[in-house]
Amino acid sequence: MSALVALLRRDMRLAVRIGGGALMGVLFFLIVVAMVPFALGPDLALLARTGPAILWLGALLASLLALDRLFAADHEDGSLDLILMGRAPLELAVGAKALAHWLTTGLPLVVAAPLLGLFLNLGPAAIGAVALTLLAGTPALTCIGLIGAALAVALRRGGLLVPVLVLPLTIPVLIFGVAASNAALAGPVPFGTPFTVLVALTLASMVLGPFAAAAALRHGVE
Amino acid sequence: MRISASNLGCLRGSREIFRNINFSLSSGQALAVLGPNGAGKSSLLRIVAGVLRTTSGRLSLEGGDPELTIPEQAHYLGHLDALKPSLSVAENLAFWARYLGPGPGVLADALEAVGLAPIRDLPAGYLSAGQRRRLSIARLVAVRRPIWLLDEAASALDQAAQARLIELMRGHLAGGGLILAATHAPLGLDQAQELRLEAA
Repeated sequence: MSALVALLRRDMRLAVRIGGGALMGVLFFLIVVAMVPFALGPDLALLARTGPAILWLGALLASLLALDRLFAADHEDGSLDLILMGRAPLELAVGAKALAHWLTTGLPLVVAAPLLGLFLNLGPAAIGAVALTLLAGTPALTCIGLIGAALAVALRRGGLLVPVLVLPLTIPVLIFGVAASNAALAGPVPFGTPFTVLVALTLASMVLGPFAAAAALRHGVE
Repeated sequence: MRISASNLGCLRGSREIFRNINFSLSSGQALAVLGPNGAGKSSLLRIVAGVLRTTSGRLSLEGGDPELTIPEQAHYLGHLDALKPSLSVAENLAFWARYLGPGPGVLADALEAVGLAPIRDLPAGYLSAGQRRRLSIARLVAVRRPIWLLDEAASALDQAAQARLIELMRGHLAGGGLILAATHAPLGLDQAQELRLEAA
Protein backbone atom coordinates (compact mmCIF):
# COMPACT_ATOMS: atom_id res chain seq x y z
CA MET A 1 0.00 0.00 0.00
CA SER A 2 2.76 2.43 0.93
CA ALA A 3 4.39 1.62 -2.43
CA LEU A 4 1.25 2.80 -4.24
CA VAL A 5 1.01 5.95 -2.14
CA ALA A 6 4.67 6.66 -2.94
CA LEU A 7 3.99 6.23 -6.67
CA LEU A 8 0.93 8.48 -6.49
CA ARG A 9 2.82 11.18 -4.64
CA ARG A 10 5.81 11.00 -6.99
CA ASP A 11 3.63 11.32 -10.09
CA MET A 12 1.72 14.26 -8.62
CA ARG A 13 4.95 15.95 -7.62
CA LEU A 14 6.38 15.45 -11.12
CA ALA A 15 3.20 16.86 -12.67
CA VAL A 16 3.29 20.10 -10.71
CA ARG A 17 7.05 20.65 -11.00
CA ILE A 18 8.61 22.48 -13.93
CA GLY A 19 8.06 20.54 -17.13
CA GLY A 20 5.09 18.69 -15.67
CA GLY A 21 1.76 18.39 -17.44
CA ALA A 22 -0.67 19.67 -14.78
CA LEU A 23 -0.83 23.32 -15.76
CA MET A 24 -0.57 22.62 -19.50
CA GLY A 25 -3.87 20.75 -19.53
CA VAL A 26 -5.80 23.64 -17.99
CA LEU A 27 -4.09 26.20 -20.22
CA PHE A 28 -4.88 24.15 -23.31
CA PHE A 29 -8.52 23.89 -22.15
CA LEU A 30 -8.63 27.67 -21.66
CA ILE A 31 -7.19 28.35 -25.12
CA VAL A 32 -9.49 25.93 -26.94
CA VAL A 33 -12.61 27.29 -25.24
CA ALA A 34 -11.51 30.89 -25.68
CA MET A 35 -11.03 30.31 -29.43
CA VAL A 36 -14.59 29.11 -29.96
CA PRO A 37 -16.36 32.52 -29.75
CA PHE A 38 -13.88 33.81 -32.34
CA ALA A 39 -14.80 30.95 -34.66
CA LEU A 40 -18.57 30.97 -34.11
CA GLY A 41 -19.05 34.72 -33.83
CA PRO A 42 -20.65 36.68 -31.02
CA ASP A 43 -24.06 35.04 -31.18
CA LEU A 44 -24.84 34.62 -27.46
CA ALA A 45 -27.78 32.27 -27.97
CA LEU A 46 -25.70 29.99 -30.18
CA LEU A 47 -22.83 29.98 -27.68
CA ALA A 48 -25.16 29.10 -24.81
CA ARG A 49 -26.71 26.28 -26.84
CA THR A 50 -23.37 24.77 -27.92
CA GLY A 51 -21.53 25.61 -24.66
CA PRO A 52 -21.76 22.23 -22.92
CA ALA A 53 -20.55 20.43 -26.05
CA ILE A 54 -17.63 22.84 -26.44
CA LEU A 55 -16.59 22.48 -22.81
CA TRP A 56 -16.77 18.72 -23.08
CA LEU A 57 -14.70 18.64 -26.30
CA GLY A 58 -12.13 20.97 -24.78
CA ALA A 59 -11.87 18.87 -21.62
CA LEU A 60 -11.59 15.70 -23.69
CA LEU A 61 -8.68 17.04 -25.75
CA ALA A 62 -6.97 18.61 -22.75
CA SER A 63 -7.10 15.45 -20.66
CA LEU A 64 -5.49 13.46 -23.47
CA LEU A 65 -2.70 16.00 -23.81
CA ALA A 66 -0.46 14.70 -21.03
CA LEU A 67 -1.46 11.08 -21.47
CA ASP A 68 1.07 9.93 -24.03
CA ARG A 69 3.88 10.66 -21.57
CA LEU A 70 2.19 8.75 -18.75
CA PHE A 71 4.10 5.52 -19.32
CA ALA A 72 6.48 6.58 -22.09
CA ALA A 73 8.47 8.83 -19.74
CA ASP A 74 8.87 6.00 -17.24
CA HIS A 75 9.79 3.62 -20.03
CA GLU A 76 12.48 5.89 -21.44
CA ASP A 77 14.29 6.50 -18.16
CA GLY A 78 14.13 2.88 -16.98
CA SER A 79 11.63 3.50 -14.17
CA LEU A 80 9.07 1.19 -15.74
CA ASP A 81 11.41 -1.82 -15.39
CA LEU A 82 11.68 -1.17 -11.67
CA ILE A 83 7.94 -0.55 -11.32
CA LEU A 84 7.42 -4.01 -12.83
CA MET A 85 9.79 -5.44 -10.20
CA GLY A 86 7.89 -3.92 -7.30
CA ARG A 87 5.83 -6.02 -4.95
CA ALA A 88 2.63 -4.11 -5.67
CA PRO A 89 0.50 -5.68 -8.43
CA LEU A 90 1.08 -3.87 -11.73
CA GLU A 91 -2.67 -3.27 -12.14
CA LEU A 92 -2.74 -1.28 -8.90
CA ALA A 93 0.45 0.59 -9.77
CA VAL A 94 -1.16 1.56 -13.09
CA GLY A 95 -4.26 2.60 -11.15
CA ALA A 96 -2.16 4.78 -8.85
CA LYS A 97 -0.62 6.50 -11.87
CA ALA A 98 -4.08 7.00 -13.35
CA LEU A 99 -5.31 8.56 -10.11
CA ALA A 100 -2.32 10.89 -10.05
CA HIS A 101 -3.01 11.86 -13.66
CA TRP A 102 -6.66 12.55 -12.93
CA LEU A 103 -5.92 14.58 -9.81
CA THR A 104 -3.40 16.75 -11.66
CA THR A 105 -5.09 16.95 -15.08
CA GLY A 106 -8.76 15.95 -14.84
CA LEU A 107 -9.71 17.64 -11.59
CA PRO A 108 -8.27 21.06 -12.56
CA LEU A 109 -10.39 20.88 -15.73
CA VAL A 110 -13.51 20.32 -13.64
CA VAL A 111 -12.57 23.28 -11.46
CA ALA A 112 -11.85 25.50 -14.47
CA ALA A 113 -15.03 24.54 -16.35
CA PRO A 114 -17.43 26.88 -14.46
CA LEU A 115 -15.21 29.88 -15.18
CA LEU A 116 -14.95 28.97 -18.85
CA GLY A 117 -18.72 28.43 -18.89
CA LEU A 118 -19.09 32.14 -18.26
CA PHE A 119 -17.13 32.81 -21.47
CA LEU A 120 -19.74 30.81 -23.35
CA ASN A 121 -22.75 32.60 -21.88
CA LEU A 122 -23.93 29.58 -19.87
CA GLY A 123 -26.43 30.10 -17.07
CA PRO A 124 -25.86 28.88 -13.50
CA ALA A 125 -27.84 25.67 -14.04
CA ALA A 126 -25.91 24.79 -17.20
CA ILE A 127 -22.58 25.56 -15.52
CA GLY A 128 -23.49 23.29 -12.61
CA ALA A 129 -24.60 20.50 -14.94
CA VAL A 130 -21.43 20.66 -17.05
CA ALA A 131 -19.17 20.70 -13.98
CA LEU A 132 -21.00 17.74 -12.48
CA THR A 133 -20.88 15.70 -15.69
CA LEU A 134 -17.19 16.52 -16.12
CA LEU A 135 -16.54 15.42 -12.53
CA ALA A 136 -18.25 12.12 -13.27
CA GLY A 137 -16.85 11.72 -16.78
CA THR A 138 -13.20 12.79 -16.69
CA PRO A 139 -12.11 9.68 -14.70
CA ALA A 140 -13.44 7.64 -17.61
CA LEU A 141 -11.35 9.69 -20.06
CA THR A 142 -8.23 9.04 -17.97
CA CYS A 143 -8.90 5.32 -17.61
CA ILE A 144 -9.66 4.81 -21.30
CA GLY A 145 -6.60 6.90 -22.14
CA LEU A 146 -4.46 4.63 -19.96
CA ILE A 147 -4.90 1.83 -22.44
CA GLY A 148 -3.69 4.00 -25.31
CA ALA A 149 -0.76 5.27 -23.24
CA ALA A 150 0.30 1.72 -22.41
CA LEU A 151 -0.05 0.63 -26.03
CA ALA A 152 2.13 3.55 -27.10
CA VAL A 153 4.92 1.99 -25.01
CA ALA A 154 4.28 -1.44 -26.48
CA LEU A 155 4.23 -0.16 -30.05
CA ARG A 156 7.19 2.18 -29.51
CA ARG A 157 5.36 5.08 -31.11
CA GLY A 158 4.55 8.16 -29.21
CA GLY A 159 3.03 11.51 -29.95
CA LEU A 160 -0.22 11.51 -31.80
CA LEU A 161 -0.80 7.77 -31.67
CA VAL A 162 -2.43 7.99 -28.24
CA PRO A 163 -5.15 10.50 -29.23
CA VAL A 164 -5.81 8.65 -32.48
CA LEU A 165 -6.26 5.37 -30.59
CA VAL A 166 -8.15 6.79 -27.66
CA LEU A 167 -10.49 9.41 -29.09
CA PRO A 168 -12.83 6.95 -30.83
CA LEU A 169 -13.14 4.98 -27.58
CA THR A 170 -14.23 8.08 -25.69
CA ILE A 171 -17.22 8.76 -27.97
CA PRO A 172 -19.76 7.10 -25.60
CA VAL A 173 -18.46 9.20 -22.69
CA LEU A 174 -18.75 12.34 -24.80
CA ILE A 175 -22.28 11.48 -25.96
CA PHE A 176 -23.65 10.85 -22.49
CA GLY A 177 -21.70 13.68 -20.87
CA VAL A 178 -23.10 16.24 -23.29
CA ALA A 179 -26.55 14.60 -23.28
CA ALA A 180 -26.75 14.85 -19.50
CA SER A 181 -25.65 18.50 -19.55
CA ASN A 182 -28.25 19.33 -22.20
CA ALA A 183 -30.93 17.33 -20.40
CA ALA A 184 -30.42 19.47 -17.32
CA LEU A 185 -31.09 22.56 -19.45
CA ALA A 186 -33.72 21.70 -21.98
CA GLY A 187 -34.93 18.17 -21.39
CA PRO A 188 -36.88 16.30 -22.65
CA VAL A 189 -35.21 13.34 -20.87
CA PRO A 190 -34.55 13.82 -17.15
CA PHE A 191 -30.92 14.59 -16.17
CA GLY A 192 -30.67 11.31 -14.29
CA THR A 193 -31.04 9.02 -17.29
CA PRO A 194 -27.95 9.96 -19.34
CA PHE A 195 -26.05 10.82 -16.14
CA THR A 196 -26.43 7.28 -14.77
CA VAL A 197 -25.13 5.86 -18.05
CA LEU A 198 -22.17 8.26 -17.83
CA VAL A 199 -21.39 7.09 -14.30
CA ALA A 200 -21.69 3.49 -15.44
CA LEU A 201 -19.22 4.13 -18.26
CA THR A 202 -16.82 5.67 -15.74
CA LEU A 203 -17.08 2.73 -13.34
CA ALA A 204 -16.61 0.21 -16.14
CA SER A 205 -13.57 2.00 -17.50
CA MET A 206 -12.05 2.27 -14.01
CA VAL A 207 -12.18 -1.51 -13.79
CA LEU A 208 -11.13 -2.33 -17.36
CA GLY A 209 -8.53 0.40 -17.94
CA PRO A 210 -5.90 -0.61 -15.38
CA PHE A 211 -6.12 -4.31 -16.32
CA ALA A 212 -5.85 -3.64 -20.05
CA ALA A 213 -3.02 -1.14 -19.56
CA ALA A 214 -1.11 -3.52 -17.28
CA ALA A 215 -1.47 -6.30 -19.83
CA ALA A 216 -0.20 -4.01 -22.59
CA LEU A 217 2.77 -2.95 -20.46
CA ARG A 218 3.75 -6.52 -19.62
CA HIS A 219 3.92 -7.28 -23.32
CA GLY A 220 5.42 -3.98 -24.28
CA VAL A 221 8.40 -3.65 -21.97
CA GLU A 222 11.45 -5.38 -23.35
CA MET B 1 18.89 -19.37 -1.44
CA ARG B 2 19.74 -20.64 -4.90
CA ILE B 3 18.89 -19.57 -8.43
CA SER B 4 19.24 -22.07 -11.22
CA ALA B 5 18.74 -21.58 -14.89
CA SER B 6 18.35 -24.47 -17.25
CA ASN B 7 18.46 -24.22 -21.04
CA LEU B 8 17.50 -20.56 -21.14
CA GLY B 9 16.95 -19.21 -24.61
CA CYS B 10 16.24 -15.73 -25.84
CA LEU B 11 14.76 -14.57 -29.11
CA ARG B 12 14.53 -10.88 -29.96
CA GLY B 13 12.69 -9.94 -33.07
CA SER B 14 13.38 -13.03 -35.13
CA ARG B 15 17.04 -13.27 -34.11
CA GLU B 16 18.19 -15.84 -31.63
CA ILE B 17 20.42 -14.13 -29.06
CA PHE B 18 21.42 -17.21 -27.12
CA ARG B 19 20.19 -20.65 -26.18
CA ASN B 20 20.99 -23.42 -23.71
CA ILE B 21 22.31 -21.16 -21.00
CA ASN B 22 22.77 -22.97 -17.71
CA PHE B 23 23.99 -21.64 -14.43
CA SER B 24 23.36 -22.04 -10.78
CA LEU B 25 24.16 -19.56 -8.09
CA SER B 26 23.84 -19.87 -4.31
CA SER B 27 23.90 -17.41 -1.47
CA GLY B 28 27.22 -15.65 -1.17
CA GLN B 29 28.22 -16.32 -4.78
CA ALA B 30 28.74 -14.00 -7.70
CA LEU B 31 28.44 -14.79 -11.40
CA ALA B 32 30.21 -12.65 -13.95
CA VAL B 33 28.46 -12.73 -17.33
CA LEU B 34 31.07 -12.13 -20.00
CA GLY B 35 30.96 -11.85 -23.75
CA PRO B 36 31.31 -9.48 -26.69
CA ASN B 37 28.79 -6.73 -27.46
CA GLY B 38 25.48 -8.16 -28.58
CA ALA B 39 26.09 -11.56 -27.02
CA GLY B 40 23.03 -11.17 -24.82
CA LYS B 41 24.49 -10.23 -21.43
CA SER B 42 21.91 -7.53 -20.81
CA SER B 43 19.10 -9.71 -22.16
CA LEU B 44 20.07 -12.49 -19.74
CA LEU B 45 19.95 -10.08 -16.81
CA ARG B 46 16.62 -8.67 -17.94
CA ILE B 47 15.23 -12.20 -18.18
CA VAL B 48 16.22 -12.84 -14.56
CA ALA B 49 14.74 -9.43 -13.66
CA GLY B 50 11.47 -10.57 -15.21
CA VAL B 51 11.15 -7.75 -17.71
CA LEU B 52 12.04 -9.92 -20.70
CA ARG B 53 10.55 -13.31 -21.36
CA THR B 54 12.52 -16.42 -22.17
CA THR B 55 11.65 -18.30 -25.29
CA SER B 56 12.75 -21.60 -23.76
CA GLY B 57 14.12 -23.06 -20.57
CA ARG B 58 13.30 -22.08 -17.05
CA LEU B 59 14.55 -20.20 -14.03
CA SER B 60 13.95 -21.56 -10.59
CA LEU B 61 14.51 -20.31 -7.09
CA GLU B 62 15.07 -22.42 -3.99
CA GLY B 63 14.91 -20.86 -0.59
CA GLY B 64 14.21 -17.19 -0.16
CA ASP B 65 10.72 -15.93 0.51
CA PRO B 66 8.29 -18.45 -1.02
CA GLU B 67 5.64 -15.74 -1.40
CA LEU B 68 7.82 -13.65 -3.69
CA THR B 69 9.03 -14.17 -7.25
CA ILE B 70 12.65 -13.72 -8.31
CA PRO B 71 12.08 -10.16 -9.64
CA GLU B 72 10.39 -9.18 -6.38
CA GLN B 73 13.52 -10.17 -4.47
CA ALA B 74 15.97 -8.66 -6.93
CA HIS B 75 17.55 -5.32 -7.63
CA TYR B 76 18.16 -4.48 -11.27
CA LEU B 77 20.75 -1.90 -12.13
CA GLY B 78 20.51 -1.43 -15.88
CA HIS B 79 21.88 1.06 -18.36
CA LEU B 80 19.15 3.51 -17.47
CA ASP B 81 19.25 5.08 -14.06
CA ALA B 82 15.49 5.42 -13.43
CA LEU B 83 15.88 8.94 -12.06
CA LYS B 84 13.54 11.90 -12.55
CA PRO B 85 15.48 15.08 -13.37
CA SER B 86 13.02 17.39 -11.60
CA LEU B 87 13.16 15.50 -8.29
CA SER B 88 16.05 15.99 -5.90
CA VAL B 89 18.64 13.32 -5.14
CA ALA B 90 16.96 12.50 -1.82
CA GLU B 91 13.44 12.50 -3.32
CA ASN B 92 14.48 10.10 -6.08
CA LEU B 93 16.01 7.69 -3.60
CA ALA B 94 13.15 8.05 -1.11
CA PHE B 95 10.64 7.17 -3.82
CA TRP B 96 12.41 3.96 -4.84
CA ALA B 97 12.98 3.03 -1.20
CA ARG B 98 9.25 3.33 -0.55
CA TYR B 99 8.20 1.69 -3.79
CA LEU B 100 10.61 -1.27 -3.74
CA GLY B 101 10.91 -1.90 -0.06
CA PRO B 102 9.63 -1.31 3.40
CA GLY B 103 10.32 2.41 3.51
CA PRO B 104 12.96 5.08 3.68
CA GLY B 105 14.65 3.81 6.82
CA VAL B 106 18.29 4.31 6.03
CA LEU B 107 18.32 6.90 3.26
CA ALA B 108 21.01 9.01 4.90
CA ASP B 109 23.24 5.95 5.27
CA ALA B 110 22.65 4.95 1.67
CA LEU B 111 23.53 8.42 0.37
CA GLU B 112 26.57 8.41 2.63
CA ALA B 113 27.64 5.03 1.26
CA VAL B 114 27.82 6.38 -2.30
CA GLY B 115 29.16 9.79 -1.31
CA LEU B 116 26.13 11.82 -2.38
CA ALA B 117 25.06 13.07 1.06
CA PRO B 118 26.39 16.62 0.49
CA ILE B 119 24.20 17.13 -2.61
CA ARG B 120 21.03 15.44 -1.36
CA ASP B 121 18.84 18.44 -2.24
CA LEU B 122 20.20 19.00 -5.75
CA PRO B 123 17.75 18.11 -8.58
CA ALA B 124 18.88 14.90 -10.24
CA GLY B 125 18.88 16.65 -13.61
CA TYR B 126 22.12 18.41 -12.62
CA LEU B 127 24.02 15.23 -11.79
CA SER B 128 26.88 13.92 -13.91
CA ALA B 129 26.71 10.42 -15.40
CA GLY B 130 28.84 9.03 -12.59
CA GLN B 131 26.78 10.69 -9.90
CA ARG B 132 23.58 9.38 -11.46
CA ARG B 133 25.04 5.90 -11.42
CA ARG B 134 26.03 6.31 -7.76
CA LEU B 135 22.48 7.40 -6.91
CA SER B 136 21.18 4.21 -8.57
CA ILE B 137 23.64 2.19 -6.54
CA ALA B 138 22.33 3.88 -3.38
CA ARG B 139 19.02 2.16 -4.15
CA LEU B 140 20.68 -1.23 -3.61
CA VAL B 141 21.88 -0.08 -0.20
CA ALA B 142 18.62 1.59 0.87
CA VAL B 143 16.41 -1.43 0.14
CA ARG B 144 17.61 -4.88 1.11
CA ARG B 145 16.97 -7.42 -1.59
CA PRO B 146 19.02 -10.62 -1.80
CA ILE B 147 19.61 -10.76 -5.56
CA TRP B 148 21.58 -8.05 -7.33
CA LEU B 149 21.48 -7.89 -11.13
CA LEU B 150 24.18 -5.48 -12.22
CA ASP B 151 24.53 -4.50 -15.87
CA GLU B 152 27.88 -2.76 -16.34
CA ALA B 153 27.39 -1.24 -12.92
CA ALA B 154 30.85 0.28 -12.83
CA SER B 155 30.47 2.25 -16.06
CA ALA B 156 30.98 6.01 -15.63
CA LEU B 157 32.27 5.52 -12.08
CA ASP B 158 35.62 6.96 -11.04
CA GLN B 159 38.30 4.85 -9.34
CA ALA B 160 37.20 5.68 -5.81
CA ALA B 161 33.55 4.96 -6.58
CA GLN B 162 34.48 1.69 -8.28
CA ALA B 163 36.39 0.66 -5.17
CA ARG B 164 33.37 1.54 -3.05
CA LEU B 165 31.09 -0.48 -5.32
CA ILE B 166 33.38 -3.50 -4.96
CA GLU B 167 33.24 -3.03 -1.19
CA LEU B 168 29.43 -2.92 -1.30
CA MET B 169 29.35 -6.07 -3.46
CA ARG B 170 31.67 -7.89 -1.04
CA GLY B 171 29.50 -6.84 1.88
CA HIS B 172 26.40 -8.03 0.04
CA LEU B 173 27.95 -11.44 -0.69
CA ALA B 174 29.19 -11.76 2.89
CA GLY B 175 25.61 -11.09 4.05
CA GLY B 176 24.35 -14.05 1.98
CA GLY B 177 23.38 -12.15 -1.17
CA LEU B 178 23.71 -13.21 -4.79
CA ILE B 179 25.18 -11.14 -7.60
CA LEU B 180 24.75 -11.56 -11.34
CA ALA B 181 26.88 -9.01 -13.11
CA ALA B 182 27.31 -8.38 -16.82
CA THR B 183 30.73 -6.92 -17.32
CA HIS B 184 33.67 -6.34 -19.62
CA ALA B 185 36.16 -5.31 -16.95
CA PRO B 186 37.15 -7.62 -14.09
CA LEU B 187 34.54 -7.52 -11.33
CA GLY B 188 37.09 -7.18 -8.55
CA LEU B 189 35.62 -10.08 -6.61
CA ASP B 190 37.86 -12.96 -5.66
CA GLN B 191 35.78 -16.01 -6.41
CA ALA B 192 33.28 -15.02 -9.04
CA GLN B 193 32.06 -17.79 -11.34
CA GLU B 194 32.13 -16.95 -15.01
CA LEU B 195 29.52 -17.46 -17.68
CA ARG B 196 30.79 -16.73 -21.16
CA LEU B 197 28.28 -15.91 -23.88
CA GLU B 198 29.31 -16.20 -27.51
CA ALA B 199 28.28 -13.74 -30.17
CA ALA B 200 25.33 -15.19 -32.06
